[in-house]
Amino acid sequence: MSNTAITVNEKSCVIDDAPDTPLLWVLRDTLGLTGTKYGCGLGLCGACTVHLDGVAVRACQTPLRSVGTKRITTIEGLSSDRSHPIQRAWIAEQVPQCGYCQPGQIMQAASLLAKNPRPSKEEVDEAMSGNICRCATYQRIRRAIQRAAGQKS
Amino acid sequence: MVPRSKLDRREFLKTSTRTAGALILGFYFPLRGQMQEQASGASARIFKPNAWLRITADNQITVLVEKPELGQGSRTYTPMMIAEELEVDWSSIHVEQAPTIASVYQGLRTGGSGGVASTFTPMRKVGAQAREMLVSAAAKQWQAKRRDCRAENGTVVHIPTNRRLSYGELVEVASELPLINPDEVSLKVPKDFRYIGKPLPRTDVPSKVDGSAAFGIDVRVPEMLFAVIARCPFFGGKLQSFDPAAAKTVPGVRAVFPVPPLPRHFNTRGGVAVVARSTWAAIQARKALVLKWDNGSGSSETTASLRNQIVQRAAAPATFVAVDRGDALEVLAGATKKLEAFYESPFQPHATMEPMNTTVHVRDKEIEVWSPTQFADEVQDEIAKLSGFPLDQVIVHMTLSGGSFGRRYQWDYAAEAWQVAKEMEKPVQLLWTREDDMQHDFYRPYNYQRLSGAIDDRGGLSAWSTRVVTTPIAGSNLYTGFTESPETLNDPAAIAALEWYGADIAPYSIPNFRLDYAPADSVVPRSWWRSVSSSYTVFARECFVDELAHASGRDPLQFRLDLLAGKSPQAARLRAVLELAAKSAGWGTPSPKGRGLGLACRFGDSCSAQIAEVSVDDGGMVQVHRVVSAVDCGIAVNPDGVRAMTEGAINFALTAVLTGEITIKNGAVEQSNFHDYQVLRINRAPEVEVHIVPSIEEPSGVGELGAMLLPPAVANAVFAARGVRVRRLPIDPQLLKHSQS
Repeated sequence: MSNTAITVNEKSCVIDDAPDTPLLWVLRDTLGLTGTKYGCGLGLCGACTVHLDGVAVRACQTPLRSVGTKRITTIEGLSSDRSHPIQRAWIAEQVPQCGYCQPGQIMQAASLLAKNPRPSKEEVDEAMSGNICRCATYQRIRRAIQRAAGQKS
Repeated sequence: MVPRSKLDRREFLKTSTRTAGALILGFYFPLRGQMQEQASGASARIFKPNAWLRITADNQITVLVEKPELGQGSRTYTPMMIAEELEVDWSSIHVEQAPTIASVYQGLRTGGSGGVASTFTPMRKVGAQAREMLVSAAAKQWQAKRRDCRAENGTVVHIPTNRRLSYGELVEVASELPLINPDEVSLKVPKDFRYIGKPLPRTDVPSKVDGSAAFGIDVRVPEMLFAVIARCPFFGGKLQSFDPAAAKTVPGVRAVFPVPPLPRHFNTRGGVAVVARSTWAAIQARKALVLKWDNGSGSSETTASLRNQIVQRAAAPATFVAVDRGDALEVLAGATKKLEAFYESPFQPHATMEPMNTTVHVRDKEIEVWSPTQFADEVQDEIAKLSGFPLDQVIVHMTLSGGSFGRRYQWDYAAEAWQVAKEMEKPVQLLWTREDDMQHDFYRPYNYQRLSGAIDDRGGLSAWSTRVVTTPIAGSNLYTGFTESPETLNDPAAIAALEWYGADIAPYSIPNFRLDYAPADSVVPRSWWRSVSSSYTVFARECFVDELAHASGRDPLQFRLDLLAGKSPQAARLRAVLELAAKSAGWGTPSPKGRGLGLACRFGDSCSAQIAEVSVDDGGMVQVHRVVSAVDCGIAVNPDGVRAMTEGAINFALTAVLTGEITIKNGAVEQSNFHDYQVLRINRAPEVEVHIVPSIEEPSGVGELGAMLLPPAVANAVFAARGVRVRRLPIDPQLLKHSQS
């Protein structure tokens, strides 16, 4: 095992997992940050979405060694009190059903709004179509993103 | 230990298919002695009038929820029902999942869209019983007349003097009172409802936006290990030999050992378990296993071979005649104008976002289980049976589930987790990878239906016959659960509930009707899938009504309304939802070019009509733009919950209509993950509009309602847009590629 230093939710940690371990399992099994979910292991469903320097990536496709000095943000670190505009909008629109995919959806949506504060419906659909929700809360996701976009302006 | 009253199979079938009304399952008011015993050790100042409610001296109100939370809202509708009668502020209630104490909680399960209906009266009584006792306590404390006291917003008021005591202040006195019989308390009438019928926010949503909601896969206990199992890819095959040497060299691996398949009832498939210090290490080590399988007798099955057999079964003599009103076969034989059509839909997986998993810790005198299950008390029962531990030494924590759709009514994955954990001293979480989950599911049956209809001289329907062929759930080669194959294949009630429910045309008034059934063999395990048989029977029935309407030169809405002209209350409810959906969707006004509207309706304890608006692109791809749904589910306890379930069910079914299909080759599933089993994504999700019919009738379920209507609504809309009949799902774009709008 080798030691890899990473920064997760503004905390520095030293990880002794193999460097090719996907960040997903480092977060979940080593650090106990279980908000980031396993869904497919192939980057197909978006349930494991986290931010690297504010940009959405699939943690299941991100080897530990590739993280370097980039700051990792997980759902637990998006805000300390559900106050991120996306989280507030998710509550207002009552988006989640089972809720399993929602941390990934929220991290993807937060990354979208950071880049594009006023996305059109088409831009929302394009940015969010890598994230599967089997309960199919899609229209509430659209509404919540538009609501958050409105609040931010 | 009080023996568990097992859920009777027939009762389950009834609830799972809504052929019976509300069924009260496992509802139990424990004796005071038992409750006091449980309270010891905690604060003595807790009022526990029944097993579902605790009120503390500092005004903490805790509701214990019987039904699992799978996304359908049990942790919201249950406290709503209790708060309504308890007369407390909604925000003052805390929610906990009820524990597996077999002598007290006997209904820790949900299925068949039955959660709201089965708890509506019992849970209101829970609140009412407590309220009445708190009022009595206040009257006693004040030495006042009971009729001068009234419960109001977490307090009791003495009306003549306007004195007030909070529920917390009444806990001690109330705890000393004799229990009031909950069946003798009066319940509110709907016009007085304060919460029921209002769209309240879900109690679990905050935890689902900050990552704190803990699903089965998120269980973390000290020193736990992580495991996966390599299973035989061929249904009916088994492990022949394996070499663990390379796997054992993967860093972090703790153990590699064979796991035998458990007998039919448990339906585990056996294989080789790999236990490691992380999930990733277990997955890597599994890849390094050298495995030799005995492919078994089913390895010649392919989707094509199964289809050949099924098509033959559609023409063969019926195994079993389900309904025979009038003389449909004779009228059809003599009819001058008749129609025949074949409808088909394939195996479907549940593909819940959270794959199957369970965590088990086997200790000397206790087994602790954390499972995302729809059926916690059965998991407890089965693991007790397997292990030989007494029931009360098997503790099952029912975690949140990341979707279910019928899959988590099986206990195979919990039994497997116990098989692995009993070999280890530490707790073990068994995870199914996405590939395991996609390839070892219990699938929605493959089905094929032949429908025939005769049109009389005046354009009315004189006869209808339906042959249903399925790879049955009853008699499934692996699945036995409630239906105890193979003898259930001779049980008309089981066949009705599991295989053809939804195919009956009543209350459409057609004088001659026959429905019969023939099973087909397959090695593929089958089970319930959101809306069970209605997921295919309603597709065929509602598409065929549409075909007959067009053959008679009639508008499909008016044609249905005429078939529903009878005086039965069900026909009236159905006319109402049809008219509401039609009005809301603009039925009868010309569609924009290239678009078409399609209609379908469903009758049962919940009635609904659905209209889909679609277009078809040059490549033959169908886009569903909008779905309008009218729902009559009695009292909509949480209208926003009804809307959410309907939106979700419609989009869930759309996967099976547009893209999703499980195919078989060499007795194994060909698909493995979301690249080859394509699930609906946001870019193809329609806007869904839900219109709820106001009602004061008892509530009925909606979890599956939208799912059964979407396929025929879309298929009928495609016909309206392109003049091509879709009779097989998922829709093949080649069928529509050269069609004209």
